[in-house]
Amino acid sequence: MSHVILNDLANTIGEWLRGSGPQADIVMSTRIRLARNLAEFPFISRASDQDRADIERILRDRVLRVRETSGELLYVNVSDLDKLDRQFLVERQLISREHAESQGARGVVIDPGEQISLMINEEDHLRIQCMHSGLDVQGAWEQINRIDDLISEHVNYAFHPRLGYLTACPTNVGTGVRVSVLVHLPALVITKQIEKVFRSLQKISLAVRGLYGEGSQAMGDFYQISNQQTLGRGELELVEQVADVVPALLHYEREARDVLVKESQQMLHDQVSRAYGILRTAQTISSEETMHLLSKVRMGVNLGLIEDLPMPKLNELFIRTQPAHLQKIRGIELSSADRNIERARYLRRYLNREDGDSGQN
Amino acid sequence: MKCQKCERPATFHITELEGGKHAELHLCEEHARQYLTQGDGEAGSGPTIAGALAQQLAIGQTAEELARLDQRACPVCGITFYEFRNQGRLGCPHDYVCFEKELEPLIANIHGETVHKGKKPKRGAAGTQQRTELIRMRREMKEAIEKENYERAKELRDEIKKVEETKD
Repeated sequence: MSHVILNDLANTIGEWLRGSGPQADIVMSTRIRLARNLAEFPFISRASDQDRADIERILRDRVLRVRETSGELLYVNVSDLDKLDRQFLVERQLISREHAESQGARGVVIDPGEQISLMINEEDHLRIQCMHSGLDVQGAWEQINRIDDLISEHVNYAFHPRLGYLTACPTNVGTGVRVSVLVHLPALVITKQIEKVFRSLQKISLAVRGLYGEGSQAMGDFYQISNQQTLGRGELELVEQVADVVPALLHYEREARDVLVKESQQMLHDQVSRAYGILRTAQTISSEETMHLLSKVRMGVNLGLIEDLPMPKLNELFIRTQPAHLQKIRGIELSSADRNIERARYLRRYLNREDGDSGQN
Repeated sequence: MKCQKCERPATFHITELEGGKHAELHLCEEHARQYLTQGDGEAGSGPTIAGALAQQLAIGQTAEELARLDQRACPVCGITFYEFRNQGRLGCPHDYVCFEKELEPLIANIHGETVHKGKKPKRGAAGTQQRTELIRMRREMKEAIEKENYERAKELRDEIKKVEETKD
């Protein structure tokens, strides 16, 4: 059952990849998550198998009653999935790597537009997540707040009058809120200013991570900026604290792009064109190289150096060229070497077809 | 267990959770103090549990004091403070109550604040003490069954049922 749902997902694209939100040229997405626990069960590290099964059953039942989106919410039993399907959900940002790799009863509830995902039995009993395209902390907060309210009518969350929502790790206690703004900063990387920018963010207690969260490498010049503090301020104040630094980030990135255009336009145009050329002609290509080249192409599209590639199509490629996606689309498991061949074939077909289509119009 | 850096016994067991990976360190008091204070101001290191422990050390808690603290256990879920320090995750909501004093400096260090100012849940905002008791009662029932003390198990089962049926 879950397997079939995932096969359908492989052919669609999440709302947050549409590139339609504010500042979507640089801000890919805004994600907010809330950490919640049931009062009458131990946290996951002390939960017995029976506890985990009970938590899963209770939360699945309550969460599926939520009527928030137009489409029906889907339940995916993560413990039933094979490794490939779990990896596929990680690549789509619907579950965390920890959730994919852990053991025991666990699941995820998602909406067909992939804006909402609710992980059950992750580090906390419930992790609610909302993803919006572009810079939209307000919209994402309003949606997640509504969902949280709807669920809390049916469950008893672990709550302390002074400390707020109680979480397995004291780093999340209080509001349990974490906002992550995913930004694409290729020009700051090229001009070697990225470290400086990050140091200044860390000084104001914001965290910087790679595309797939904690410990992941910054792939394709994508970075997540998120809050560390979760206690002592209201939720909206905490998420806006992150949103407030984004205009400055955008300013620096755009300034760096201007400098590149002014001072080394030919070099830049050459790099972008070569990247596009390799992606359209390579016969075998790794995931890392693909991300690296797609990043250059993405900047090229934003600067008007490439005109025949729509942004949603390009955003989609960042996800669809990941290992589990390639294998799901192809329908078979592939070795690393075969994946590189399949990836190159997919890119050639996809990018040359787009080229041909727009040529005919 | 010996300290990883010298021959003295390791009294500090530190788990770093940075980067989604667990790295375990076993150190004596002196080397723990050294390790915990060196990381200050390093790029990429946000507030960590180790960082907060460093502050506790800095305010003069001795190894003996910490060792005593380590052995305290939560009456509800049974986790010891030592286990929490080791894995960086608490065992149940009641830990915030029973380790309140120990957690406070840590929480203040991580968040810079100690009082929640955000939203409240629709149900049970007055606190979850009673629901949390269910964790203890279920644990005791399991133990009673294991000890074949069926009378006690039955009592507990009835108590659990009563609490479960209470609506806030």
